Formats: sequence, C-alpha cells, structure tokens
Amino acid sequence: MPTIIKLENINKTYYNGSPLHVLKGIDLEIHEGEFVSIMGASGSGKSTLLNILGILDNYDTGEYYLNNVLIKNLSETRAAYFRNKLIGFVFQSFNLISFKNALENVALPLYYQKTGRKTRNKIALEYLDRLGLKEWAYHMPNELSGGQKQRVAIARALISKPQIILADEPTGALDSKTSVEVLDLLKKVNETGMTMIIVTHESGIANQTNKIIRLKDGIIESIDDNSEHNFSSFGFQNIK
Amino acid sequence: MISLLYEILNTIRRNKMRTFLTGFAVAWGIFMLIVLLGSGNGLKNGFASNFGDRLMNVVQIWGGRTNIPYAGFQSGRRIALDEKDLQFTSAEFDKYVNLIAGNINFGTKTLSYGTEYLSSNLQGVSPNRIIIDGLKITQGNGRFINDLDIREKRKVIVISQRAKDILFNSETAIGKNVNFDGIIYTVVGVYYIEDRQDAVGSYIPLSTSQTIYNRGIKISNFAFTLNENIYDKATNDEFMNSYRKRIAQVHQVSPEDDNAIWYGNRFESYLQMANISKFINIAVWIIGIFTLLSGIVGVSNIMLITVRERTREFGIRKSIGASPFSILKLVIVESIFITTIFGYIGLVCGVGITEFASQFFEPSSAGRNSFNAFLNPTVDINVAVQATLLLIIAGTLAGFFPALKAVQIKTIEALNNK
Repeated sequence: MPTIIKLENINKTYYNGSPLHVLKGIDLEIHEGEFVSIMGASGSGKSTLLNILGILDNYDTGEYYLNNVLIKNLSETRAAYFRNKLIGFVFQSFNLISFKNALENVALPLYYQKTGRKTRNKIALEYLDRLGLKEWAYHMPNELSGGQKQRVAIARALISKPQIILADEPTGALDSKTSVEVLDLLKKVNETGMTMIIVTHESGIANQTNKIIRLKDGIIESIDDNSEHNFSSFGFQNIK
Repeated sequence: MISLLYEILNTIRRNKMRTFLTGFAVAWGIFMLIVLLGSGNGLKNGFASNFGDRLMNVVQIWGGRTNIPYAGFQSGRRIALDEKDLQFTSAEFDKYVNLIAGNINFGTKTLSYGTEYLSSNLQGVSPNRIIIDGLKITQGNGRFINDLDIREKRKVIVISQRAKDILFNSETAIGKNVNFDGIIYTVVGVYYIEDRQDAVGSYIPLSTSQTIYNRGIKISNFAFTLNENIYDKATNDEFMNSYRKRIAQVHQVSPEDDNAIWYGNRFESYLQMANISKFINIAVWIIGIFTLLSGIVGVSNIMLITVRERTREFGIRKSIGASPFSILKLVIVESIFITTIFGYIGLVCGVGITEFASQFFEPSSAGRNSFNAFLNPTVDINVAVQATLLLIIAGTLAGFFPALKAVQIKTIEALNNK
C-alpha cells in the first residue's frame, strides 16, 4: 500500500505565556487504507498532531507529506483547498452549523467545490440515506440526537470523497451504545478503503483499530499492530 | 454568484432576529435623517415662500406726513413724491441702483366688462414694474405695459388672471375693452403671480394715468432694485442711511423724521430670512450628521457582534474547505444585501412620510398677508440616496474589518471558539 501520510521530525511549540513544546520530533508513516488510532493522556499532544495532520494548525520544524505533497507554510486558501479535497473531519462536538438542516450541513463541502445546489443536495441525500438518516434530512441539528449528529458529521466528511478521515474523539460526547454504532460505521467506511485516523483516550475505541500509536509527552512511545484486536488499557494481553 | 446568494438568503432566513436588528438600525437611521432634513427644508421653504417671486433686493418709498417741524415748515405737512425723486435717485445713486419704477395708486374701484364686474385696484406703472412685482405673463396671454404705451400714453390695461376669469370666463381677454371707473381701456395682457393666485390689481401706463387723472409729475410711490454692490447688512445700512439723508434734504424734512417718508426694504427682511435659513441649515445638518453617525455606530455594533458570534461557524466552514476570501465574501455580500434592502425601505418610508406631510402644508392662498411657517417638507432625493449609500458603505466596512479579523484567526482556534 502506498504511503499517504509521512511525518519527518515534526516539532510544535505553543507560545502562550511560557513556551510549551508539545510535539518533540514526530516521525510517522501511514499507508493508504489503514485504520489507525492515536492514543495518549491529555497533554500528550495527540490533538495537536491530529490538527497538524488536518492542516488546521501549522508546525514549526520538520516535514509533512500528505499524498506526496509537502504541507508546509501553506496559505489559508491553499490549506482550505487541501482540506476540501483530501481530508474529512469528524469532531467530538460534531461542529455542525446550527442554522442549517442536516442536508445543508452535509452538502456544504460540495458548495465549496462549486457544485450546483440541486446536484449537491441530491448527493447529500444519498449519503444521509446510506447512513440511515433520510427522514432526518430536513431537521435542524438541535432536533437530532448525539449519534444522529455524529452520523450527519460523518456524512459531511465523506461527501467530498476525501483520501483520509480524521476523527478527534468521535465518540467522546456519545453514550456507549451510540459509540459502538458510530465506531462500526467508521469501521465500515474504512473497509471501503478509506484511510481512517482516530484520536482517542479510550482503549476500548483504540482496540477496534488495526494500529495503535501511543503518544507520551510529545514523542511517539510505541506503534503497535492491533490487527488481532486484543489490546487492553493495561497493554497487550498475552493470551496463550 | 447565484449560489452565494442562495447561501446568504438561507443564512438570513435562519437568523431573522440578527437580520432584523441590522436592518432596523439602517432603516431607522435613514428614515430619521430624511424626516429631519425634510422638516428643516419645510421650515426653510416656509420662510422662503413668504417672499414668493418678488425680487429680494427692492426698496420701496412712499410719501407720508411730517412729524417734526423742520426748515420753517410745521409738522403734519404732506410729503408728495414726484418724478424728480426718480431722477435724483438714478443719477446720484447709480452705483447701487439698477431698475427704478414710479407708481401711482388709484385705489380700488369697479372694473367691468359687459355685465360682469369686480373690485380692482388700479396702478399707473412703468414697464419694469413687471420685474419688481414678480408678475408672470404666459405665452398667449399678451404682454405687460411697454415703452410705446408710456410714450404714446395709450389707454391700455393689464389685468390679473383672476379678474380675467371673472370678467371673460373662458373667452379671450386680449383686445377687449374694459371699463374701470368710467374710463375705457383695452386689455393687452393677463398676468398671474405664483403665490398669489387671487390677485386682482390692474396696471395701466404711468404716463396715461398722469394725464387722465391730471396728476402732473406726481407719483404715489416708487421702487428701485439694488445691484450687487449691496450684498450684506453693512452695505445695505450704509446705503439706506445716505439715501434717507438725501431724500430728506430734497423734500426738506428732518432726517430724524420717520413718518415723513416711508421705506420698505425687502433686502433687510431677506437678509434676516437668509440668516434664519442658514441657521436652520446648520442645525439640521449637525443633527443629521449625528443621526447618521448613530446609525453607523448601530450597524457597526451589530456587525461586530454578528461576526464574533459566527467565528465558530467560520471555523467549521474553513475546516471543510472554505477559503478565507469566500468567507469574507459571504459576510460582505450579506451586509450589503441587508443594508441595501433595509436602507431602501427606510428611504421609501422617509420620503413617503415627508411627501404625505407636505400635503398638509399647502401654500396658503390667502394673499399678501398670509404667512407660511412650514411648506413642502421634502428632501432632495439625491441627498437621500447619498445618505443611504453612505450607510451601506459604512455597514459594509463595519462588517469587513471584524470579518477580516475573524477570517485570520487560525481555523483550529475558530473551531474551539465557543
């Protein structure tokens, strides 16, 4: 499988008051179609890493190749273009636009691809249908449950047919039952061949993924293969 | 572009309160400005209308009776003006005096044609009276007294539109003979005065009247216009002082005797009116500018809050591929859209109410002694449109700068903005 993401010695420091060195030289390679989770305690830099991967934030030194394009010092316009074309986001707090209904929220990435209104609404309805939300298409976000909101957000992330999906604690605001549903959904999306990166601090979630990257204090502590899904919060269990 | 408008209409429809507040600030600002400017104009027009079409720079002189014994004469002597007054005025004061016109007033008598009649004042006048009194004669309504009438002492008469309507109804009056107090005159013209439709005074040549009524060179009064050398209160006062001294000397009356010779100086009252107008103008503009400013501040405030409120939304839009420029465009076009529509509403309401109000302040037709305090309280549409444009631009700028700031916030920070 070809490499889709390649990080070389990424460093990031925040300058709010005293400098905070969040990422201290990250080297990482993710291949197309992988299902990866990034784990770590709060403050380990996992969200920062995801933001850099999503071109939502910039980094200080190092090199980040996305789809073999160097992502460094991009203009906002260029960054927006890449986000639109290559990346789909799923956020913990859903980040749906409150005054747009489900359909309009899902269709929005296509608006920025200059797709006509009728076409994009048709496509959006197809995606909502696929996620079992057809009846809810014209409901506003505040009329939807958490799981439904997250499914709308996933539909929105998928509609632009991105190369990778970045999910930041996608189940963080959901109950356990809904979490399972959402995670199953993400798994299914991954099975279609889409690269999926999930940031989480829940080992249960991480255990569903095929590769676990553990961050600690801004460096990668370990990268473990988890294709057997036998990871627990205490580390790998040795089932013999 | 159509796609953008759809996007904006959608935003507006789902954010009615915000849209209404912005729009109301704009509409109200424009509305108040127009009502205010209209009221100011109403006051100004009211004052101006009291002068009508009469020339502003006219001095009128009448003979009176002396109050003060002077140069061996007792008081109570009647002062009669005559054509010598015209001569010395135009000869000695030619630096200040333009037109000069003598006038004999014969009082009000019966003017008749066939069986129709009315009471009309009759004056013997010189040709330039038409200018001094601001008379109008439209095409097809003949002419005023001319020099040939004066030289040949013709028995011709110029009557008013109202007199013509009474005497001739819809017939033509020109060339017909009318009877004024037993003497027959031929009508040569029909005049009207813009703000005094009911005027019924009639005019005959001065020379004719002097001959018929055996007045010699005597005149009842005379009037002259001042030229551009009189342009303010100081020059007017100076001229009037020297003129009063001179005419007092000619008629051998005391220069202090206010009753011997009467003056009417329209320029003086014109200056007063001009001052009042100027004051109203300044006051209206100061208040107007502050009204507009408060409108601008209102719009700016709402735009500022709106943009702050939408920071997260902008973050979401950017995360799914909106360029900073596209978001800026969204804010600006929405702002222009709202301010233009509501500015237009305010404009229409303001103009509507001033036009409506102006119906109630019809020019008074009660004649010379009527007074209009308030007339035609409307606004020049150009001023109104310019003010609306100013507010639209201000609203746009007010949205632009916060939007620029919001767009420059890093996407991730905008997303985390709660």
